[in-house]
Amino acid sequence: MSDISANTPGAGPTAGGPNAGGPNAGGKPKVSILGQSARMKARNRTESVFKVLGLTAILFSLAILALMIFTIFRDGTSAFFQTRMSVPVTLSAEVLDPAGNRNRDEMTKQTTMTYNKVINEAFLAALAAKGIKTDDVPAKELTDMISKGAAGELRADVLADPSLIGQTIDIALVAGGRIDGYMKGRVTRASAERDTNVTMGQLDVADRMKEAGMLSTSWNWDFLTNTDSSDTRPETAGVGVAILGSAYMMFLVLIMCVPVGVAASIYLEEFAPKNRWTDLIEVNIANLAAVPSIVYGILGLAIFINVLGGQMGVEALKMSASLVGALVLSLQTLPTIIIATRAAIRAVPPSIRDAALGIGASKMQTVFHHVLPLAMPGILTGTILGLASALGETAPLLLIGMVAFVANYPAAPWDGGFSDPATALPVQVYSWASRSDPAFIERSNGAIIVLLVFLLIMNVTAIILRRRFERRW
Amino acid sequence: MNDMRIADRTVDANGIRIKASGVQVHYGDSHAIKDVSVDIPDKAVTAFIGPSGCGKSTFLRTLNRMNDTIPICRVQGNILLDGENIYDKRVDPVQLRAKVGMVFQKPNPFPKSIYDNVAYGPRIHGLTRNKAELDGIVESSLRKAALWNEVKDRLHAPGTGLSGGQQQRLCIARAVATSPEVLLMDEPCSALDPIATAQVEELIDELRSNFSVVIVTHSMQQAARVSQKTAFFHLGNLVEFGETSQIFTNPKDPRTESYITGRIG
Repeated sequence: MSDISANTPGAGPTAGGPNAGGPNAGGKPKVSILGQSARMKARNRTESVFKVLGLTAILFSLAILALMIFTIFRDGTSAFFQTRMSVPVTLSAEVLDPAGNRNRDEMTKQTTMTYNKVINEAFLAALAAKGIKTDDVPAKELTDMISKGAAGELRADVLADPSLIGQTIDIALVAGGRIDGYMKGRVTRASAERDTNVTMGQLDVADRMKEAGMLSTSWNWDFLTNTDSSDTRPETAGVGVAILGSAYMMFLVLIMCVPVGVAASIYLEEFAPKNRWTDLIEVNIANLAAVPSIVYGILGLAIFINVLGGQMGVEALKMSASLVGALVLSLQTLPTIIIATRAAIRAVPPSIRDAALGIGASKMQTVFHHVLPLAMPGILTGTILGLASALGETAPLLLIGMVAFVANYPAAPWDGGFSDPATALPVQVYSWASRSDPAFIERSNGAIIVLLVFLLIMNVTAIILRRRFERRW
Repeated sequence: MNDMRIADRTVDANGIRIKASGVQVHYGDSHAIKDVSVDIPDKAVTAFIGPSGCGKSTFLRTLNRMNDTIPICRVQGNILLDGENIYDKRVDPVQLRAKVGMVFQKPNPFPKSIYDNVAYGPRIHGLTRNKAELDGIVESSLRKAALWNEVKDRLHAPGTGLSGGQQQRLCIARAVATSPEVLLMDEPCSALDPIATAQVEELIDELRSNFSVVIVTHSMQQAARVSQKTAFFHLGNLVEFGETSQIFTNPKDPRTESYITGRIG
């Protein structure tokens, strides 16, 4: 950029005239500040290179994040929708309640087999009534279009409300996984040709039913409330138990980790003498935070389930129980919370401690009146980060049996629900992703969306709480 | 700031508040205070002067056992407050600090309201029975700190929102609120501008009527302006201790003379 000094008359070292008497006259040539020296140029160049690199890194990570969210939502959104067939079903009393007294105990003798027959007949009748051409498809294939879970749903509805018997009601029967996939575009005619679970005839009928308005796809609350289901009926599988299990575990981890973690941090930071023992504890806490999570799973299996639950007979500690899951996750979260809390406590200016001690506050009062409130935002952030990583943890839960097929909701906490078998969202994602039916892959992505929403709620809570505490200057 | 005039001094010989004798302080291996004996009079201002690192702040902090918070710090010798040794095993330093208040170099109000800053001490020591009494203490403390007129309309505004000088006076009000017997001030004006310094100095002179005040200062002018007694520390030794007028006009030790004339420090 030597042209700059050339373009600026009088600025170059040669134009010494006006400055001849100035401080620079003594020998050091005058250097103009209107141009950049070679060294300055090099410094500016490294700075701009660094800025470009930083920006690239951020854009790259944003792009990856966007790609990840895009794929998850592309593959997972459809899990929140379900294809259903609207069919008028006559719930005849002779079939469903042969005793005729609407007694629930008597009615439970009619199994899903009975209801299946009722549904199948009603479905065929409805097809005929709508004038849908079905003569090219065997009746067995037609009834196979209905989900195997539909009869169970109807039976549960009827048992919950026996007054339905004798009426003809419009029911939205859940369509089978392949028909559902065909409606959502996941199953195509090309892929169906290679698939033994669906025939061309069924797809033809599905098309005709759609034209006749019998088949439609709508929002599916069942995905959020249903339990897991067997390999043959992905369309009725839901994340209900997983949501509840994750919520139970987060609650338990919170109430176990935060008091212990904060108390340990306060003790170590404010009260403990600084000696070899506390150094050792400090190093160990830092190391525990870095232990692979599956190790905690093995520990949990050995200590909580085998020793405490098995040999010592603690009833609450059972395989697959959310209490055991929470204990294992607590072991893993505790070091994170302690490290974050200690950093937050250490960041409180010592002048505040001096001020409190100087007017005669005890150490305890100093900590609880002044240090802790100021450290609160940091503690909250650390806690939420710890909980978030616990929420997404899968490996240790696999080892303590939370990957099991759980078809029943755990009971309410006051009925001992913490020791009922449950599963967790990330484990559900893993277990569905490993099943062969592509309909489960869709559910798996749907479960990831639920997990992300969970994380979002937790982070927003953290931000709101943080703001509230920070507002107290 | 070449104001070396010495105010009229009427040091009442009304007794000794703190009697320190043979005090030694070690920080680990370093010997910070070497055999210091000093008598702090009641209802007077005593100034500790000396170059940086001479131990004057350390000695101040031994007077209310703030050094206890530093694990490597060891204190030997006797410090008697009204005849009782403050390093006796039976003394709880927390109780001691309610009697020997402290104001720090940097204004450090709590991040709470002005009212809560002043009310905190009385609250934790249970000095009041009801809100009205507490309000009374807060008002009188803020008046003693010459801050009442400036903040009486915004007692519930954050104390950290005040200017530097106001914050320091708030800290003084906070220290005064527990009605201590001795008030220790560790360079209370070093973070303040000249106007705020003048206000705080004026305040210190007024506080003398109620408290025994000990002030550590870097500024000899300040010591000359506000104190009745002056102690000169150098390298952990108490070089000279006496009437301020005598120290500044007729120092006995050559080191004191070198310091006040600006040749060392």
